Amino acid sequence: MIQLQDVSYSYQLDEEHVIHAVSDINLTIEQGEFLAIIGHNGSGKSTLAKLLNGLLLPDKGVVSVDSMSTSDPDKYWQIRQQVGMVFQNPDNQLIATIVEEDVAFGPENLGIPPAEIVSRVEESLSQVAMLDYRHHAPHLLSGGQKQRIAIAGILAMRPQYLVLDEPTAMLDPQGRREVMDTVSRLNREEGITVVWITHHMEEAVRAHRVMVMEHGRMAVLGTPREVFQQTELLQSLHLDVPVITRLGQLLAQDGFNLPPDVLTVEEMVSHLCP
Amino acid sequence: MFKAAAIGQYYPGDSFFHRLEPRIKIGLIAIYVISLFLFNTYRGYLAMSLFTLAVIITSRLPYKLLLRGLKPLYFILAFTLVLHIFLTKGGTVLFQWRKISIESQGVISGLMMAWRLVLLVMTSSLLTLTTSPIALTDAIEGLLSPLKPIGVPAHELAMMMTIALRFIPTLLEEAEKIMKAQMARGADFESGNLIQRAKSMIPLLVPLFISAFRRADDLALAMEARCYRGGKGRTKMRVHKITGKDWFTLVAFAGTVAVLLWLKF
Repeated sequence: MIQLQDVSYSYQLDEEHVIHAVSDINLTIEQGEFLAIIGHNGSGKSTLAKLLNGLLLPDKGVVSVDSMSTSDPDKYWQIRQQVGMVFQNPDNQLIATIVEEDVAFGPENLGIPPAEIVSRVEESLSQVAMLDYRHHAPHLLSGGQKQRIAIAGILAMRPQYLVLDEPTAMLDPQGRREVMDTVSRLNREEGITVVWITHHMEEAVRAHRVMVMEHGRMAVLGTPREVFQQTELLQSLHLDVPVITRLGQLLAQDGFNLPPDVLTVEEMVSHLCP
Repeated sequence: MFKAAAIGQYYPGDSFFHRLEPRIKIGLIAIYVISLFLFNTYRGYLAMSLFTLAVIITSRLPYKLLLRGLKPLYFILAFTLVLHIFLTKGGTVLFQWRKISIESQGVISGLMMAWRLVLLVMTSSLLTLTTSPIALTDAIEGLLSPLKPIGVPAHELAMMMTIALRFIPTLLEEAEKIMKAQMARGADFESGNLIQRAKSMIPLLVPLFISAFRRADDLALAMEARCYRGGKGRTKMRVHKITGKDWFTLVAFAGTVAVLLWLKF
């Protein structure tokens, strides 16, 4: 369980200018949950992500991971091992020239014995369906594949939590789907808690809960169904609702008998052709 | 334009020399290079050439690759040869025109010097041709780590090499992209003299540097998130063990060379 209590963080640009990136966030992320965080650029979602594993420490409030505070210097590495993090640019987070060496980087840092590293690397690469590429050079892979390698590199550290900071922002639709499916499966089958930061509403639909951020504050928190029927609120925050939800609402205005919270194409089909 | 820069020219294989422990391989090459400078007879050169030839043949390396490695050397080779031919005197006079003469000793020492350079470069490139970059960085880290107490940053150097190797293709790709983008806006990279051309590189280099720094920032964050805290307490997935066969090869080679030198072969 990751708990945030009255967490604030601000960047000091110079003497006069301070940016309050995150203000007074209270949030509990439950074990096994899939939480999506959405918000437009500069809403503080990336800062929030970095607060979760102690890359940034809160100015105010407490972030605790399994009741270890991220401000406790003795727990830094334990927390970072528990809370794995995948970043936006797949090129800038791979360290080694060979896929399997890169996946081994995390466990090597943790001081795991060599024989176990080998078995962890194999296991993590097969979890993201990239075992066949273990001897490839990362720069020759597609964006989606690179991002899956980055996920494997985190899995090899055996984390409980996976924080992904806009992992699909630089990917094509194919790569986006690959990464999304991989992470959903890890959440479902391995019970890894996922925090998925995005500005694609369609991706947030898959989450258990959605949190909307605005100016560093939590604007809305709820299930995707609860959040996405608040079309006006979301639009006032410069966010879209998923296309299919919007379509459902427009059709409802024209007299179709549709609820305001249609989230997927399948749902739409079952409503229209009962 | 950037395709010419062949980096990490590792040629995979499973030969005896490929399988030698990388640290031992570096040791062998070091002994080879030193003894190459100690030999100064035809027979000595012949022996060293045979060693190189034997390695090339047994590791089944394509000759083209080796010759390509010599390309940057052509100018220096020609220069050495010409200097020796005209300046070293001795032996019979082969050619005389006013004060300029070519004497047999000059031709011989010119050829020998050039051949020494060829052997030097060819043999050292055997190291990078038969060893993967990762094994090579591991070996360098291994060889330098006894010097850690006197402040040699062995792990950091190896890590820097790894990251450099990883990012060279990425940055080359990016340079090409920026170049095309600037050309689309009318930048001219190909005409003018050397100075003009160097100046026209500025619109390429500035964005490239900015992006490299941004990448470095991202990478540092990603490494920290993956619990990187320097070389202390770190383990390695691949452990390179020096076997008896490796030691035997090193000792046998060093012994042979020493005996040849002692006999003034």
